[in-house]
Amino acid sequence: MKLYWLPAYEVKQKILSQELKAEEVTQEIVERIRMVEDKVNAFITVCEDEALKKAKEVDKKIVKGEKVGVLAGIPIAVKDNISTKNIRTTCGSKILENYIPPFNATVIEKILAEDAVIIGKTNMDEFAMGTTTETSYFGPTKNPWDLTRVPGGSSGGSAAALAAGEAFLALGSDTGGSIRCPACFCGVVGLKPTYGLVSRYGLIAYANTFEQIGPMARTTFDCALLLTVIAGWDWRDSTSVETPQKSYVEVLDGELKGLKVGIPREMVGEGVEEKVVKAVYDYVFRLEEFGVKWEEFSLPILNYALPAYYLIAMSEASSNLARFDGVRYGYRFPSDGNLDWNDVFSKSRRDGFGAEVKRRIILGTYALSAGYYGKFFLKSLKTITLIKKDFEEAFKRFDVLIGPTMPILPFKLKEKIDNPLALYLCDIDTVPANLTGVPAISFPCGFSNGLPIGVQVMAPPFREDLTLKIAYKSEKILGFDRFKPNL
Amino acid sequence: MGEKEKHISRSQVEHLAWLARLELTEEEKELYTQQLNEILEYFNRLSEIDTSNVPPTYHVIGKVNVFREDEVQPSLKTEEALKNAPRKRNGFFEAPKIL
Repeated sequence: MKLYWLPAYEVKQKILSQELKAEEVTQEIVERIRMVEDKVNAFITVCEDEALKKAKEVDKKIVKGEKVGVLAGIPIAVKDNISTKNIRTTCGSKILENYIPPFNATVIEKILAEDAVIIGKTNMDEFAMGTTTETSYFGPTKNPWDLTRVPGGSSGGSAAALAAGEAFLALGSDTGGSIRCPACFCGVVGLKPTYGLVSRYGLIAYANTFEQIGPMARTTFDCALLLTVIAGWDWRDSTSVETPQKSYVEVLDGELKGLKVGIPREMVGEGVEEKVVKAVYDYVFRLEEFGVKWEEFSLPILNYALPAYYLIAMSEASSNLARFDGVRYGYRFPSDGNLDWNDVFSKSRRDGFGAEVKRRIILGTYALSAGYYGKFFLKSLKTITLIKKDFEEAFKRFDVLIGPTMPILPFKLKEKIDNPLALYLCDIDTVPANLTGVPAISFPCGFSNGLPIGVQVMAPPFREDLTLKIAYKSEKILGFDRFKPNL
Repeated sequence: MGEKEKHISRSQVEHLAWLARLELTEEEKELYTQQLNEILEYFNRLSEIDTSNVPPTYHVIGKVNVFREDEVQPSLKTEEALKNAPRKRNGFFEAPKIL
């Protein structure tokens, strides 16, 4: 097998044993990127020079016998809404086309401290608003399994980079499914951690009460390894939670016998493609052979999750994106002093933001404005209370909840981009985990005509270990990590 | 008010765009009025549920205020802070005229 398809963990072992140099590994990935990037467009920025420099530093440390980190020499792709010091960070937007952060996000400090090699910044829907990576100012990313189809979004570049062998690990962010959706469409593993487990410091905000940075990889083991590195309380993020440091790798092994699984009927109901439902149930039947007990049950409140999610996310977006005023950073409409503050502000945003961002700012402003605040914004916050309560009840009966990640297979580029509501409806099964803050993982459970299908496992807060353990065992049972797209 | 302006009118869209300091083209105003009405029609299903005695959830994990000592910490140097400014002058951000 080609080096670029190996699991991150194996590559690290080869680097540590000096069978391979970190520099060679990075060089191999740089060449792979050169070979396939024209077709895939997973990256907005490729950091070849910085990556090779870092790889050489790692090699030096190893030769000298110095201690190296757990990600030593591993090329990692980072979503372009995570701030990287001295590396352009665009959020997939024209407004930040030339923005170079003067500081690192906490997760970046953490992966660099573990000697990871940042290979590039990945493409994404503008400000993480989208389900297809088509709203990026830098053009769409293509699904490596079928270049005429979308990779999912908004972390589509991170997922596609993994699926195309352009990185061994990736960081994404998930506000309403933005890690799990592209992980599902690209046939990789992606985890949205419990809200507060991973620091959001340096993540450029879209809807800060929902979003989390999370790990993406081709194998569950690698995903667990990356989560172990990035998890943990951070004084710079007041919403991060103090949790004991633990290894998510050490808890992977174990039997699933006696595990109680709940399948919410609403997650496999109206609007879910038959092929997807079948793949999910086929998977659950396989689990049954390993002593897992499952039951369908009804969670009617889930019918209200999507509007509650969108109304709050858009409201927060309208507020968060007010910082883009063309003064401190970002695009500014050129004027020779004849235009006043409001004109420059309004025109900079007119030219700097794309259609979906504008739509959400307007709708969010509406939901927060006098007369609609109670009807929409407050109503949504109350709906969360109800959803949370029903989830807590469900987790008294079941260890985990399982359903499809995406209700449909990866669709064609441009197929839905002109119909915003149709795109929002694709998030129907992913938003509940963001509304309730619980951890949720997506991993491949089947294929249909060469396109990956993903299953989603949700667990109670801070039970990432449980979601990873199930994914790890499932991967062994199903063996989907063996399949690679032809590019 | 026509069917396509059931929830939100074109003049409301114009007003919201002004509040958000987001200039829209005529085509955008037309398109957004139509799309936002479709979206709001769907969102309106929230009115089906009774939330009269339900408190709102502001934070999913239930954290409240977090305090720390207010200590002086190193911060960005002026040139670093200004590095990304589209216009600057004499160590300051240059803002458009306000009055």
